[in-house]
Amino acid sequence: MTDPTPVLTLTPQGLYCPAGGFHVDPWRPVPTAVVTHGHADHARWGHARYHAAAPGEGILRRRLGADIDLASHAYGAPLALGDATVSFHPAGHVLGSAQVRIEVAGEVWVVTGDYKREADPSCAPFELVRCDGFVTEATFALPIYRWDPGEKVVGEILAWWAENARRQRTSILFCYALGKAQRLLAELHARTGTERTVHLHGALVPMVDAYREAGVPLAPTAPVSAAPKGETFAGELVLAPPSAMGTTWMRRFAEPQTAFVSGWMRVRGQRRRRGYDRGFVLSDHVDWPDVLRTVAETGARRVLCTHGYADTLARFLREERGLDAAAIETAFEGEADDG
Amino acid sequence: MRRFARLYADLDATTKTNAKVDAMAAYFESAPAADAAWALFFLTGERLKRLIGSRTLRAWVQELAELPDWLVDDSYAAVGDTAETVALLVDATVGGEGEADELGLAAWMEERILPLRRLDEAGQKDAIQGWWCRLDREQRFVVNKLLTGGFRVGVSQGLVVRAIAKVSGLDGAVVSHRLMGGWQPTAENYEALLRGDDGAADASRPYPFFLASQLEAEPATLGPIEDWLVEWKWDGIRGQLVKRAGAVHLWSRGEELVTERFPEIERAGLDLPDGTVLDGEILAWDTNGVMPFAALQKRIGRLKLSAKILKEAPVRFLAYDLLEEEGADIRPVAQLERRRRLEAVVAGARDALGTSELVHAESWAELAELRAHARERRVEGLMLKRRGAPYQVGRRRGDWWKWKIEPLTVDAVLIYAQAGSGRRANLFTDYTFAVWDDGGLVPIAKAYSGLDDKEIAELDRWIRRHTVERFGPVRSVPAAQVFELAFEGIQRSARHKSGIAVRFPRIARWRRDKPAAEADRLDGVKAMLTE
Repeated sequence: MTDPTPVLTLTPQGLYCPAGGFHVDPWRPVPTAVVTHGHADHARWGHARYHAAAPGEGILRRRLGADIDLASHAYGAPLALGDATVSFHPAGHVLGSAQVRIEVAGEVWVVTGDYKREADPSCAPFELVRCDGFVTEATFALPIYRWDPGEKVVGEILAWWAENARRQRTSILFCYALGKAQRLLAELHARTGTERTVHLHGALVPMVDAYREAGVPLAPTAPVSAAPKGETFAGELVLAPPSAMGTTWMRRFAEPQTAFVSGWMRVRGQRRRRGYDRGFVLSDHVDWPDVLRTVAETGARRVLCTHGYADTLARFLREERGLDAAAIETAFEGEADDG
Repeated sequence: MRRFARLYADLDATTKTNAKVDAMAAYFESAPAADAAWALFFLTGERLKRLIGSRTLRAWVQELAELPDWLVDDSYAAVGDTAETVALLVDATVGGEGEADELGLAAWMEERILPLRRLDEAGQKDAIQGWWCRLDREQRFVVNKLLTGGFRVGVSQGLVVRAIAKVSGLDGAVVSHRLMGGWQPTAENYEALLRGDDGAADASRPYPFFLASQLEAEPATLGPIEDWLVEWKWDGIRGQLVKRAGAVHLWSRGEELVTERFPEIERAGLDLPDGTVLDGEILAWDTNGVMPFAALQKRIGRLKLSAKILKEAPVRFLAYDLLEEEGADIRPVAQLERRRRLEAVVAGARDALGTSELVHAESWAELAELRAHARERRVEGLMLKRRGAPYQVGRRRGDWWKWKIEPLTVDAVLIYAQAGSGRRANLFTDYTFAVWDDGGLVPIAKAYSGLDDKEIAELDRWIRRHTVERFGPVRSVPAAQVFELAFEGIQRSARHKSGIAVRFPRIARWRRDKPAAEADRLDGVKAMLTE
């Protein structure tokens, strides 16, 4: 960013808009934070004032405290901050996730946060916003990452559950606590209309509650801890965060079969390293074809890449697409690789 | 192909060994014998030699997917396996769907893959790119695996043997032996294997090697020293010398036939009676005794053995066991008795064949003293073999122990890291370490092992956050992390910038307590030279 008065600049606190006097997803405390979504690497604790999209309010207050100074905004509604006009547009990543559109003196920039193009019954679909400058995530920006349709993957998960149930085994599906777990519950509800209760590790309960309160239809759930002592959950489906894998919490289940639901499961070595029986490739991030498509459709001439394979994506856009693209160092982690 | 691809996916979809054995047994029971023979060939780790290189496959996918070469390299670094990288890149280009191919594995091998050898490069490329575009992702991946070899699906030789034993009702040790020595994947051989029929046994076939375990406890825990035969532990190539029907076959432990590499040993072996099999060590050996392993490497690396190399690196087979005598399998005979017969068989042999001398000690303390000076004898330590034990199959704890000398150690600084492969794909696990020399850092070793998963993950994060420069898949990092490296020996080397080469380097521990400036200096390391 070499402009004399750039719309966005990188400071030690994070991305900053000098004209508007605010940061986007800052990782150190600032006076005004515009937050794209509730994942911990984007929505951090300690800012004086927060702005975010309305559907994510419940998530942010659960994560950061009920009493944070948070202004929620409907998708698309313009907000004047200093000399900048800001608006939030669905990113399709998790409930309440937003791309932040920033307009200063006729120049438009969009910061995506995390996003995906694929349909997801648990959140509003991605909205394409034309812009001059585009700050995109690059968590899975390598051509090896291309997602099968969610429908196909959910079908594989159901088949796996059915096979385990036939053998009286517990199916434990590991997934991230915010986003993936609720997407799975929404998919199970939407695709199968199942009324079968899905059991939850305690760490997943607060965010599932937040989605329900926001009116997202989910399959019925009950915490594992609510079951009587001695219940082995034979034939049942249990959702748990990756941190529960291999802990004593798993002891009570009947011959548990484990699987991890993540974009990383696309690569065999990743799955074998973590020791899961199965890996299901379902991600809340854009894959390679979609990140290229999105960059092209925004019409942006300048692209900044964050997360994961930022260097790879920037080089590809520069050398193969002739765009003014660069990677920027951020503290964003995307779908954390150490789950 | 669909059935075999399914087996591969089933093996890959579980971490439980019983489930893997069951999946293989189910496959062997249902597949036609010709297909099963090829499946067995690949599952036991065999591969087609010099068919099409990994680099070539990556170049062809680069062309097909219209990607820049650096992006294929980056993708490969993230996946760590050529067959899989190619399957995924094709997927991103033409999609993951494709036809379920009903042609069996044997027909695939014999009608499609092996005939590739007769095609020129353009023809090979057309054929393979055609398969990639036609098959679905799972089959595409498995075909790539057939081309490149290296079927790592968490299936050890032992599990394959268990599956065959289950299907045939034969004893596992018998199955292991029948599969030794270049088993050929034909329907006839497979059916003979299941019947337990050993009619036209191959005259070159070796026995499964008995492998020693590392002794970690005090040797006194093994009982009285009188119960044990003691030998030096040589740093050479484990081998089996087979003399049958007037011919000599020398096998390495990796089941490679290496007779041609070592004509002196072959000549000496011809003097042995027919029906003799020796277990021992191939060593480079001149008038001063055993030479460093590097000398032996010269004999392995060259395509043609020149008179010069034969002279510079003469070799010797030091036998330490007799497995077959006068055509009879004597593996059940006690160790001490086998040793006695071995000495009788080898007595009077040419120079290139001898027995590994026995080490005599009255007490464990005396033996420990001998071991302390092992490095001066250019050996790696001692072998302890129970006098009454039979010769067993594979790594069985209890009767054969290797009691290695304490390794040499050095404190070195991490300077480069590269992503690993297989289950370490996309994790920085291949490290380059350096020591100080004249105010700068000189690389002395690469190491891949020694850290636990937690340490690997932590170091991986540190490397990602502190990358200074990238050279393709390699990242340089600031000189900050110090590790204690252990290794078995140091030799001079003109090929390395540091002037030294270390043998079997690995990480002993992470020295978080030590600043980089206090890592060792090159002259200190050179003082340990073992030559």
